Amino acid sequence: MSREPNEDSRRFLVKLTLNGKERTGYCEPRTTLCDFLRHHLGATGTHVGCEHGVCGACTVNVDGKPVRSCLMFAFQADGLQVNTVEGVAGEDGRLSALQQAFRRHHALQCGFCTPGMLISCQDLLDRNPRPSREEVLEVVSGHLCRCTGYVGIVNAVLDAAARQRELK
Amino acid sequence: MNAPEKAQSAIGASVRRKEDYRFLTGGGKYTDDVTLPGQSYAYFVRSPHAHAKILKINKSAALKAPGVIAVYTGDDTAADKMGGLPCGWLIKDVKGEPMKEPPHPPLAQGKVRHVGDQVAVIIAETYNQAKDAAELLEVDYDVLPAVVDAVEALKPGAPQVHDGAPNNRCYLWSLGDKAATDAAFAKAHHVTKIDITNNRLIPNAIEPRAALAHYNRADESYTLYVANQNPHVERLLMTAFVLGLPEHKVRVIAPDVGGGFGSKIFLYAEDVIVTWASKKVNRPVKWTADRSEAFLSDAHGRDHHTHAELAMDKDGKFLGLRVKTIANLGAYLSTFGSSVPTYLYGTLLAGQYTTPAIYVEVDAAFTNTTPVDAYRGAGRPEATYVLERIVSQAAREMNLDQAEIRRRNFITAFPYQTPVALMYDIGDYKSCLDKAQKLADVAGFPARRAEAEKRGKKRGLGYSTYIEACGLAPSNIAGALGARAGLFEAGEIRVHPTGSVTVFTGSHSHGQGHETTFAQVVAARLGIPVESVDVVHGDTGRMPFGMGTYGSRSIAVGGAAIMKALDKIEAKGKKIAAHLLEAAESDIEFKDGKFTVAGTDKSVPFGGVAFSAYVPHNYPLDKLEPGLNETAFYDPGNFTYPAGTHIAEVEVDPETGVVQIVNFSAVDDFGNIINPMIVEGQVHGGLAQGIGQAMLENCVYDQETGQLLTGSYMDYAMPRAADLPSFKVDTHVTPCTHNPLGVKGCGEAGAIGSPPAVVNAVIDALAPLGVKHLEMPLTPERVWRAIQGKPTKVA
Repeated sequence: MSREPNEDSRRFLVKLTLNGKERTGYCEPRTTLCDFLRHHLGATGTHVGCEHGVCGACTVNVDGKPVRSCLMFAFQADGLQVNTVEGVAGEDGRLSALQQAFRRHHALQCGFCTPGMLISCQDLLDRNPRPSREEVLEVVSGHLCRCTGYVGIVNAVLDAAARQRELK
Repeated sequence: MNAPEKAQSAIGASVRRKEDYRFLTGGGKYTDDVTLPGQSYAYFVRSPHAHAKILKINKSAALKAPGVIAVYTGDDTAADKMGGLPCGWLIKDVKGEPMKEPPHPPLAQGKVRHVGDQVAVIIAETYNQAKDAAELLEVDYDVLPAVVDAVEALKPGAPQVHDGAPNNRCYLWSLGDKAATDAAFAKAHHVTKIDITNNRLIPNAIEPRAALAHYNRADESYTLYVANQNPHVERLLMTAFVLGLPEHKVRVIAPDVGGGFGSKIFLYAEDVIVTWASKKVNRPVKWTADRSEAFLSDAHGRDHHTHAELAMDKDGKFLGLRVKTIANLGAYLSTFGSSVPTYLYGTLLAGQYTTPAIYVEVDAAFTNTTPVDAYRGAGRPEATYVLERIVSQAAREMNLDQAEIRRRNFITAFPYQTPVALMYDIGDYKSCLDKAQKLADVAGFPARRAEAEKRGKKRGLGYSTYIEACGLAPSNIAGALGARAGLFEAGEIRVHPTGSVTVFTGSHSHGQGHETTFAQVVAARLGIPVESVDVVHGDTGRMPFGMGTYGSRSIAVGGAAIMKALDKIEAKGKKIAAHLLEAAESDIEFKDGKFTVAGTDKSVPFGGVAFSAYVPHNYPLDKLEPGLNETAFYDPGNFTYPAGTHIAEVEVDPETGVVQIVNFSAVDDFGNIINPMIVEGQVHGGLAQGIGQAMLENCVYDQETGQLLTGSYMDYAMPRAADLPSFKVDTHVTPCTHNPLGVKGCGEAGAIGSPPAVVNAVIDALAPLGVKHLEMPLTPERVWRAIQGKPTKVA
């Protein structure tokens, strides 16, 4: 799944905002957003698991919505705000409430599906600060994790929601 | 799981993982994240046919494509005298003859034997250029008839996969005393018979395999980054058997690895080819699988067809067990493919029971499918499935309670020599069963069943009392049984002058949390904070040696090697402390991070001893080397024997065949537990894969064409969060008797114990409707057909 710019093809200049910082790069028309992020911008925190939009590992947030970055072309993200796992923690490196809950509940093992899980689950919490277990299950079911059996992930999201409410 | 976070390093504390921060912030470094200057990209051209002769390959158009650096085929590897991919375990057949070992060329030599077989590699400036050029490679195939089912492959007249393996037979292997088993059956009161399939699975670690090789002409050395579970084994097999390179010139680094489950143990063609090609093109060469390639080329798991018979006396005591299994090895012998259906399978057929006579035969076949090798559990889930299914069926036929038939046959005295070569050191099967029955509220089941009945639903309870052999393995025993490698582990403790510690382990972590668990072991032993200990793994350039991680061996063997190295650290520390404290070495005690003169308050902290070792101004230099750095190799004295009881409770809708697992309870005996949170996580993950096998997952090939029909996540059903129940898990501890931590290993138990529990539960639910047998996965269609009394064998 490694991709590099093709020197011999027509190339596009893509300018986007990645985790609050403006970034630019050239891509082919066929370059996917995930490959652009990983191999052109060096943001390798986003992982690619299936390239057919099923596993969810590559999920990033584009203009406020979670998106499978393997199913979006890089040039489609031109001018948009893209947030990835690298931007979830604070500027000082402090883990977000959701990240802390993932750690507390052992919601990750190999870490490969984790970036996409965090993006989708944070989006859920942003939209719905009081999700039910069923609502969390529905979102987590949009992702594949081969390591954990999902119990820790679901508990982490519910716990993060509860703690975020306490802070407010 | 919800225990308060403890800042302590004690063994038995759920210390939160040291590795989490980097994984939560996108800071992990997996193979595809590594980029080297001047990197080129490899794309493998794979066979679209299950079985075909290669008549001609024309490279010219591909070579002219933009950005292409090189195109290599089997002719190029043959010209460089590249060896075949080796098999790590020699099986001898019933006559004592060695198994058939047909060549396994990294690039096809005149013939392809499964869809996805490597035909050529294109190396280009970019991945897309390599992939584009692959479209231009002209390969003329003469398509041959294919066989994908092992039972069909062994029949006369089946297409022949290898000239050197007549009738597609790799071996017919047996274990146990046939005469004694026949005699047991002759005196049986009742014989239960079963024919079952263990469905073929595709491991599907979420990180696809990847390899990045770099040849340095300046010193003729190679560096290979690879998604792999055992970098030293990878290096040994690749250098000694395939490429003929001096081992000291090859460094293999397995950085962060996104799950393995067995599938990343093996030496794969792509790893070898990119390493070889990096010298030929004098550029780093990178290859990363896409998911389609992962489905086609990662070794698959399971795929057994078994007939089993259990002989009992009138009280349901087991007298004898007879098992005949046909195992699918795929098109080639993968690294440990031969050992999985033999020594990791037949040896487990005693289970937790005193069955005095057991005889097993395994007929292993080559087919036109992807090679089959170890997948989480590797042979042990297959054995457990046979045994726990037949025991449950026997209980129904003998009109005995499911728990009672198991209790009557449990081994209760240890050590126990089974009739199939293993010596169980310790266990307490009855306590696990009792505890699991409480956890599952078995007493309340009749009421729940009656309540479900009122809603038109069928409830059932299914048991599995499993055992596994882990902590592979005593090297001399494994060697006598055909293993071509040692199975020890190595560990190094490097104490730094200021008292912090770096641990180098030959075990590899790809999700198991070794960086935390191993740090706890070291911190607890040295009496220092867990933050003062870092664990390094996965790099042949940094650790002395290693056999890697598989078979739930890391803590039992890798942890033991670390403990042995710690023994040496402590022994040397005592000598240094004796000098510093002006006392006799025999009077020095080491406890809570302090060396103390026994019976006095004279002491020196561990950090003081470490400093002294590196700044040896006041030091017995005439008798003792400076420095505090020790290495140990540990070869286990026996396997470890995790065991437990899994109980599934299901509810079936008889109108639709939809099965819901309403409760899953597991009580496992893993010996002593270092980090309960991590152990629970391992159990959960194993259960998810075992329940996935039982309910959802199935690898299907087209029987005629040999095409993989389940080659994407749209076709191969992976368990998702909503598919799985919440698990109730607990442990019961009998410490392992023969390793220093008293640990047994916990990585595979969930995948081993759970499938028969689920299937037994569904059969229990549907028994009143006349259902006696079901095959995995329990899709609604299959279950519905069984309820209707229709054949359940569907694709």
